[in-house]
Amino acid sequence: MSFSAPVIDYAALSPVIALTVGVCVVLLSAVFKPVRQAAPFLSFLTLGAAAGLLIWNWDDPTNLVSGALRLDDLAISISLIAIAAAAFAVLLSIREPAAEQAGSGEYHALLLGSVLGMVLLAQAQNLVSFFVAIETLSIPLYILCATDMIRERSLESGLKYLIVGSLGSATLLYGMAFLYGGSGSTDFLGIPAGIGHAGLLGDPLVLVGIGLVAVGLAFKTSIAPFHQWTPDVYEGAPTPITSFMAVATKAAAFAVFIRFFDVALIGEAGDWQPALAVLAAASIVIGNVGALGQDSLKRLLGYSGVAQAGYILGGLVVASEAGVNAIVFYLAGYLFMNLAAFSVIVARERETPFGDDIRAVRGLGSERPLLAWPLTISMLALAGLPATVGFIGKLYLIEALVEGDYTWLAVFIAVGTMISLAYYLRVVAAMWMRPGGETAPGATPAIAGASPEADPIDPEAGRRPYLVAPALLASAGAVFFGIVPQPLVDFAQHAGSSLF
Amino acid sequence: MINSLLWTPLAFGLIGLFLPKRLTGWWAVLGTAATLGIAIALLAGFDSGAAGLQDTVDVNWIPGLGVDYSLGIDGLNVFLVLLTAVVWLGGTAFAAFREQERPHLFFLMMLLGETATLGAFVAQDLLLFVLFFDLMLVPFYFLFGAWGTDREGGPTASAATLKMIVYTLIGSLLMLVGAIATAIIAADGGQITFSIAELAKHPIGDGSQQWIFWFFAAAFLVKMPAFLLHGWMPDAYRAAPLPVLAVFSGVLAKVGAYGFLRVVLPLFPAATVQFQTVVLLIALASILYGSVMAFTQTNVRLIGGYSSVAQLGFITAGIFALRADGADGAVLQMVNHGLVVAPLFIIVAILAERSGSEDLREMGGMAMRAPVLAALFLIVTLATLAMPGSANFIGEFYILNGLLQAKIVFAFVAISGVAMSAYYALRLYQRTMHNRKAEGIESREIGLRDGLVLAPLVLCILGLALYPQLILKRTDRSVSETVAAVRGPSAEIPKSHGREIVAASLDCTDRVPCRVTWGSQPKSHPSRLVARQ
Repeated sequence: MSFSAPVIDYAALSPVIALTVGVCVVLLSAVFKPVRQAAPFLSFLTLGAAAGLLIWNWDDPTNLVSGALRLDDLAISISLIAIAAAAFAVLLSIREPAAEQAGSGEYHALLLGSVLGMVLLAQAQNLVSFFVAIETLSIPLYILCATDMIRERSLESGLKYLIVGSLGSATLLYGMAFLYGGSGSTDFLGIPAGIGHAGLLGDPLVLVGIGLVAVGLAFKTSIAPFHQWTPDVYEGAPTPITSFMAVATKAAAFAVFIRFFDVALIGEAGDWQPALAVLAAASIVIGNVGALGQDSLKRLLGYSGVAQAGYILGGLVVASEAGVNAIVFYLAGYLFMNLAAFSVIVARERETPFGDDIRAVRGLGSERPLLAWPLTISMLALAGLPATVGFIGKLYLIEALVEGDYTWLAVFIAVGTMISLAYYLRVVAAMWMRPGGETAPGATPAIAGASPEADPIDPEAGRRPYLVAPALLASAGAVFFGIVPQPLVDFAQHAGSSLF
Repeated sequence: MINSLLWTPLAFGLIGLFLPKRLTGWWAVLGTAATLGIAIALLAGFDSGAAGLQDTVDVNWIPGLGVDYSLGIDGLNVFLVLLTAVVWLGGTAFAAFREQERPHLFFLMMLLGETATLGAFVAQDLLLFVLFFDLMLVPFYFLFGAWGTDREGGPTASAATLKMIVYTLIGSLLMLVGAIATAIIAADGGQITFSIAELAKHPIGDGSQQWIFWFFAAAFLVKMPAFLLHGWMPDAYRAAPLPVLAVFSGVLAKVGAYGFLRVVLPLFPAATVQFQTVVLLIALASILYGSVMAFTQTNVRLIGGYSSVAQLGFITAGIFALRADGADGAVLQMVNHGLVVAPLFIIVAILAERSGSEDLREMGGMAMRAPVLAALFLIVTLATLAMPGSANFIGEFYILNGLLQAKIVFAFVAISGVAMSAYYALRLYQRTMHNRKAEGIESREIGLRDGLVLAPLVLCILGLALYPQLILKRTDRSVSETVAAVRGPSAEIPKSHGREIVAASLDCTDRVPCRVTWGSQPKSHPSRLVARQ
């Protein structure tokens, strides 16, 4: 390494560069007529290239841009999860009315832009890069939520997300200011040193800063009581975007949550651990209880996401390597579990007049077994039943929690899981245990949550390979890693060992 | 061997998905029959003299989390495995003789249920045990919910099933936390292992044992179900399809009792001794409550259900007597009860087909033209009420014997349960088979097919009645070791009086595995001898 001139590590920056180039190319492709329809294909290419470059950098931690970014295995694993979620979203967006209305090029460019933000956020190791990345991630999502322009609810969801998201960002920034004031450093590694040097460990103002940052991140990860936007936005946004947000945003936000709290604030762990534990417990209870009466599948998954965020936060509460491993494992599992469900919802939205109402999946077991099985597996996995990745994920989290002396939170996870069965199994029951036939076109139109008049019905959507394949793939992953979890455990352990 | 035992049912179930509809049932029967064959081969190769586990499989499954895929057979589970295979064959065959809706899914779930149950019985890793224990719920959720009957004025099948699942999972999720806590506390910062045998070598501290004990006990007591935790039972039993209920009630309830023997006693000895009285009280309450409820129910399923509550109370009492006799009896009684209750529910199904109702008040006179059915039913009934001469009698005798040594007052209360069982069993038999023939009832002999299902099960009951030592001599060693571990190596297990009597007639002593000498006592029946004393 040369010490004379600023060295740019192009190899380690290559994933970010690839995504940036991809965003530009996809956006420009919409301008040229011959390649106008190529946006999904180009997006795939970009995501594939970025994923390949990330894997190339595996197991070779590097500080970039004078330590503002750090490409280690935690960043790579989380980025890969986000990229996989984006790839699923691209597949699910094929023939999606929202993508056609907004313009395929813009839609996909925004999606890639959000992925770029996530990849940066997972690497962020400086308050400035942290904030820039989180905005890069969020702003395209505000727009994407509102791309289904004919539907009022989509616009409402975009606006709501914008307002609440801005509030979250403002809180985050305010907290950062306190921490900068206390430590005189924006660097994650400099913050603990600065606070220690100034003798401000445990100072009320520093604690206020930590609290505000935690609240800002809680907005992004939809942790109760900062979750109110989640069900509304999930329900209103185009479903492929919802699926992307549910998995990728959560993963990226948790990556920086981990890095900030387990690196920059590890010295204050005694102060923030109990507070985060209470947030996690509240999330588990509020999310699970909120999901109970939901008829809209997207709202149901929104609340379920709140509860799952509570489980995942448990891994952070213990501030240990095992905790980080458990989080990364759970997020990877969450990718499979959630995307299987969303793929089926997308297919049924286009196929039935019920939108994402639970009636859309009635009798699915006999009507469309290839969709019913993925949704069933997804629900059982989210509920944490054995032989699915959800069970191993919960096992991992509980192991980390008990090891970190937070057994009471582990009991909360157990109790929350029990409540969650009531709504997950309700979906399963609707598929297998009620007679079908109500889904025939011309039956009563749906009420809340769907506006069938806007989206034309495609009676064959349930057979389209670009919808069935992701559903099958994701559910197969959920079962496979439930039976052979070791590869995913190794993957997660790499992430954890890069911090501790 | 043990691997093929475990996965044969599931493999058959998955292949069955690709067969034509009318063949799936027969294919599933073939699968359960093959499993039974493997189970019998395992029993034949079982060495009752050897200590510890046999036929073990031990593979690092998730090294990162310390979870092993470890299976094994010993005296505690060898007959429960056999029971599972027998009852499943019966239940599946009975279902295959009847038209099922969506047969592919039905038989896949049936066979998945068998794999999960066998897994719970043979797992030797604590976490693997929890995994299979929870996995059992999935197939039964589908079987109860999708093929069950919605009750008029009551909950739908899926609502009743949901209630069952939520109840059962309260316990088993807490058990998951408890299992992980046990391993982590035992590891004390070192390498985590979930191996039951390893964990049993150095039990964790008394304080931790106390709360973890209840996490496990909750799971097992709900599964049985025990008194106060049985809320899911009436609705679920009324909703369940009967062939499924036969295997459910016959086998799954035993997993709870088995869990006490396999996990709780060895891992939490101090807590077991400490809470012995509490669990015995719950067991006695189950006996009394179950019996009294079985007196008054008019739904034939619920008579079976509440009688199971009482019987499982007996089994729990036997285990928590913490005497070798009591636990021996409990293992024997688990098998007995499974063999009795499964044909009982199949008979209930046959009766319901003939009377169009499951209400005792609308039945009667069924024996008139169905002597074979009546005879088979009578044998089942007499075994249920533990008639001297039946293996159930030996089982209850051992249990009461153990209880008498441990807590004499409890034994006296438990004895009343034996008397009460006579009442509800005979009431069920008389009201259905005897009395005046009610309107709309068809007294018809069972067909050859149903006979083929029932007769072998009843033959098993008869076989065990003649030769209960088949089980006792193979289980005794493991059971004694388990119980001795709880009471500490120093605690001498007093030789029991009753045990000597039985032993004398069978030429075996307390510690030495029994050798039955039919030569010296050719005409005497063990139970009869006991009765005479």
